[in-house]
This record gives sequence, C-alpha cells and structure tokens, in this order.
Amino acid sequence: MDDFLVIEKVTKRFGAVRAVDCITLRIACGESFSLLGPSGCGKTTLLRMIAGFERPDEGRILLEGEDITTLPPERRPVNTVFQNYALFPHLSVEENIGFGLKMAGVERGEARQRVARMLELVKMQDQRAKRPAQLSGGQKQRVAIARALVNQPRVLLLDEPLAALDLKLRQHMLGELHAIHQEVGTTFIYVTHDQGEAISLSDRIAVLNAGRVEQVDTPARLYEAPGSHFVAAFVGDANFLPARVLEVRHEGYVRVACEELGNPLACTALPLSAGQQARLMVRPEKLLITRERPEAGERVNVWAGTITDVTYFGAYLRFVVQAGETALLVQMANNRFASSGTVPGRGERVYVSFHPEEARVVAADSQG
Amino acid sequence: MSRRRETLLTLPSLAWMLVFFAIPAGLVVAMAFRPSDLRGGAGEGWTLETLRTVARADYLPVVWRTVWMSAATTALCVTIALPVAFHLVRVAELWRRMLLLLIIVPFLTNFIIRVFAWKSLLHPEGLLTQALVRGGVVAEDALLLNNAGAVLLVLVYTHLPFAILPLYAAAEKFEMPLLDAARDLGAGPLRALAGVWLPGVRRGIVSACIMVFVCTLGQYVIPQFVGGPQDEMLGNKITQRAFGDRNLPHASALAACLLMAVLVPMLLTALWRRARGKEAVS
Ligand SMILES: Nc1ncnc2c1ncn2[C@@H]1O[C@H](COP(=O)(O)OP(=O)(O)OP(=O)(O)O)[C@@H](O)[C@H]1O
Ligand SMILES: [Mg+2]
Repeated sequence: MDDFLVIEKVTKRFGAVRAVDCITLRIACGESFSLLGPSGCGKTTLLRMIAGFERPDEGRILLEGEDITTLPPERRPVNTVFQNYALFPHLSVEENIGFGLKMAGVERGEARQRVARMLELVKMQDQRAKRPAQLSGGQKQRVAIARALVNQPRVLLLDEPLAALDLKLRQHMLGELHAIHQEVGTTFIYVTHDQGEAISLSDRIAVLNAGRVEQVDTPARLYEAPGSHFVAAFVGDANFLPARVLEVRHEGYVRVACEELGNPLACTALPLSAGQQARLMVRPEKLLITRERPEAGERVNVWAGTITDVTYFGAYLRFVVQAGETALLVQMANNRFASSGTVPGRGERVYVSFHPEEARVVAADSQG
Repeated sequence: MSRRRETLLTLPSLAWMLVFFAIPAGLVVAMAFRPSDLRGGAGEGWTLETLRTVARADYLPVVWRTVWMSAATTALCVTIALPVAFHLVRVAELWRRMLLLLIIVPFLTNFIIRVFAWKSLLHPEGLLTQALVRGGVVAEDALLLNNAGAVLLVLVYTHLPFAILPLYAAAEKFEMPLLDAARDLGAGPLRALAGVWLPGVRRGIVSACIMVFVCTLGQYVIPQFVGGPQDEMLGNKITQRAFGDRNLPHASALAACLLMAVLVPMLLTALWRRARGKEAVS
C-alpha cells in the first residue's frame, strides 16, 4: 500500500550542486503528500524527476512497482500543475483542458464529455471559450488543475500552484484543492515553501533541506514533535533555547539545564544521553502569560520577564517577553484575558509558564 | 498614454515614411502615367499608353518566375531559420552572442562583394565547385553557376538573417515551460514543437515571411550576377527599361506593379492581425 510511488536513493547534481541528495520516499496511493522546504532545497528538481523532465544521476523511481526512471514525460501516467500554470496561450480554456486527451487519441465525443466534467469540477463552465490571457489568476489555476486531472493521472504533481495568488485567493484555492483531492482521490504531490499550505492540505509532509529529507511525518507530528531544529523552525514559529541534557527519564521526558530557566522538564523523541548539547523548543501558543506567579512545581516551568512588545492580530495577540538574555515569543488567544479584564501591556512584569509536555528537546544541529 | 501623446510620438516616423517612402512611391506611380520621351526622361501630359505597353509586353513568365523564386526563397529561409531560432534561445548566453554575431557580421561586408564571392565560389574553377567535384558530389562538367539553382542559393544566403532575426525575437519571448507542459500532457518532442512552439512564434513566422518575400521580390543584382538569361526577375526588367532603354515611364509602371504586389499582401496581413487582435481582446 505504501509502495505506490517509491523514490529510491535518488540523487541529482547540477555541476557541483547536489540539488537532490540521496532522497528516499514512499508515497501511498491516494495520499496527499507535500514536499516542503526553503527556496533552493531541491523540491522542483525532485518533482521534475517524477514528471520525467530530469533524469536522476543515481537512484530509481518506481510507480506501482514499475521502474519509470528513464521514461520520457509523455509516457508517464503522471501530470503536472506548473508553477506559472503554463497554459497554452493560443488555445481556449476548453482546448487547453482537452489537449492531453487529443494527444492520447481519445475519441472526440468522449473527450468533450470528460472536458465538460472537468469544467464542472473546477467551476469554469461559463469560461470555456476564453483564452488564458482573459482569465484571472485563480481561474488560470483552475484550468491548469483541470488540464492535468482530465487525463486521470496516477499521480498529480503540483509545483507551488498557489504562489502567484494573493493571500485571500490562496486560502480559497487551498480549500478547493482539498475538496478536489477528496473528490477525485488521485495521489497528490504538492510542492511548497509555505508550511501553512502544506499543513492544511497534506496527509504527510516531507521536509527537505539542502537536497535531503529532514523528516517525513503527518502535519500534526511535524508540528508537535519535530525531530530537528530545522523542522521545528521551518514548520510554525518556535522559541529555541540552548540546553544541556541532565537526565533522561522514562517515557520520553528529559530534564535539561537551561541558563535562563533553571532545570526544566521537557519531552523528546530523540535518543538523548546525559551531557549532550541540545535545544529546548517551545511553540509561542504553548506559553502562558500570567500576572501572578503560577504555583511552581515539578510539572510547571516558569520564567519571569518584562513585556517589550505587543502586537494585536484580532483573534490573538503576540507578545515579546524579555526574560534575562532571552526574548520569548508568546501567542495568546484574545479571550484568555477576559477574566482579568485587561491585556498586559508593554513594560509590565509578567510570568511565562509552560508544561513539560509542551516543550521539546531537539538536536542542536548546524542550522542555527 | 493619451491619444495626443501617442500621435506626437509617432510623428518622426510618420515624417520619415512620408519623405522616404510615400513621396518617392507616389512619384514612381505618377511617372507610370507619363508618355515616354526619346531622350530618356518623361514627356509632358498624362497618358495610359505606357500602362498598355507594359500590359501588352510579355512579362508573364518573368512575373511568374519572380513570385516563384521569392516564394521558394521564403520557404527555404523560414525552414532553416526555425530550428536556428529554436536553438539560439536555448544555448548559453556566450554562445548565443557569438552565433548572433556570426549571423550579422557578414552583412557589414558590401552586398555586391558577397555576391561576387559566391560567383567565384560557384565558378567551374571556383573553390566550391572544385571541392564538390573532388568529393564526387557533382560531375566533372557540372555547371553550378548561371542557373536558377545558383540564384536560389544566393537568394537564400542573402536573406537568411531576415528570417532568423524576427524568428529569434519571437522565440525569445516564447515561454519554454509550455513545451514541458505539452510533453507532460502526452505530446512527443516533435508534436510539442508543432502544436505549441510553432503557434507560439507565429508572429515571428509571419514577419520573417514578409521580410524575406518582399526583399526577394525586388532583387535584380543576384539574378544578374549568378543567374543565366533564363533566370531574370522583374527587378532585372525594371533596370533594363530604366538604364538600358532609358524608358522611365515604362520602368515606373513595372515598379508600380511590383510595389502593389508587395503592399497589398502587407496591408491584408495588417488587417488580419488587427481583426485577430480585436478577437483576442488582450
Ligand atoms: N537546470 C539547472 N541548472 C543548474 N542548477 C539548477 C538547475 N535547476 C536547479 N538548480 C539548482 O538546484 C538547486 C535546487 O533547485 P530547485 O529548483 O529544485 O529548488 P526549489 O526547492 O524548487 O526552490 P524554489 O522554492 O526556489 O522553487 C538550486 O541550488 C538550484 O540553483
Ligand atoms: Mg521550485
């Protein structure tokens, strides 16, 4: 089941650059899978190898057990939604969507029906006669998706399909993409450098860094239990504090020495040992700001600090709390302060606390 | 931009066109309605006699040959220029500059000298002929000069840049990912080129065709130097009437016909483009 699309030790070099460096991934049938990573980490290169535009220098790509590594793009049951849509400007919306069917020699009546179904799926029935130049960004996006899906590919590849849209439209299209995936059930491989997109669209995400896979996991696990500093920093916001492992306890708890904080307790999935250098990671929304010092104890870690900045975001607030040398980013829902009446302001002395379950110890890797 | 500024900005080119094109063309056409003068100028008054003599004279084979030669030159030039343009935009920057330079540099040499160079290359004792004979490509007594083939060859050589440059400009604007998209959707490499790239550069193709065709129509130097008596084009007839017979009205009438043959298709293309532009609204 998990071996629907297998990328096996694939490497691609451009001159001295290892754009993709020995990547292995197993993608299940019908899965919505994301490749997430910063610019230049090799996402597009990997996608282009799956589509057939680039040949791996090493490794194999298997689709349903068949080696497709050397097949040209036109012979792969895979279709792509290109970053800038790449719609054919001389063809109408309908002709664009029908292009693949024409190439495959699908009989005209059937082709027309399938195009009509696609137009309906992406809600573009009344735009069918227009040229791409007459469409808005979101509409082009839909045509590009329909043009790929009409061929009923085994895998749909999407290379930053929403990057060219504005925020509002991006959120809307994200919802539609999700709905389309639910409806057609095709395996999606979605490339993005936007962690929000990846999290809300994917069953699983592979976080790439400099041509390598950092972690493959569900969005929730990536967020809650990142394996490395890089993943923790790339997926969502986080506070990082240098820490030294003091004591490894049962069930993934560790006590670490952390300059600002004394010796807090936290969680980890890593096989750490006492004395190791690591980092303590806490998400901003896991931190709690209070005016009174919370009852300290085994299960609560507390900092005292001064608020240096407050930013209002509507549904939530973001604080910067200076605790000794460390600036902590804290995010709290607006209604958390309903009982006390007022929101703490700049310059106020407050306490910031968290539970051990909400802090993770991650490896102190090279990316600082 | 306001309408008025637009008009102002086009004024210089309008003036240029007026002085160097419209007025001379008008003079040529007017000359066609003058009676001929034995001393070589144009006589007084207006007449349709010149046009009648032109129509009566047996120019039809020459006209046919002129059109045929121009069409063949155009077809060959565009056929060669298409792959050249396609590869020019794909090679590395440095190579591209070198190649473009190689295409343009010969045109800094005088045109007549280049035609003479071809004449000596194609001469029975010439380098090219000798090489081909030695290589066994042509027979010992083959005549490469003074025939239609030589004219066509040199016409294509001369006009190739007129096809390459507009096609290169169009190819440069073409978005290469479209070819990937076509391949992705199941088109083989050639089908992708024919189905997506050719339509993408069609404006360049039209420009290249017009440039080459129009320039070839008026050619007289090439047929005169590398062609035989059977290969004369309309341009040769015009020069003969003007400089040999010193019959300016007759030469003007011929020139006016040629002018029309060039202007009418160009006007039609312009109208067609405009109609298409309106249709596309973009
Ligand atoms: N055709 C190419 N020739 C040379 N180097 C290339 C080529 N394509 C990609 N690279 C290099 O390979 C690396 C990975 O590029 P790639 O386009 O896969 O990154 P990406 O993750 O898609 O980035 P982005 O988010 O900016 O699109 C980069 O360092 C890039 O410069
Ligand atoms: Mg990319």
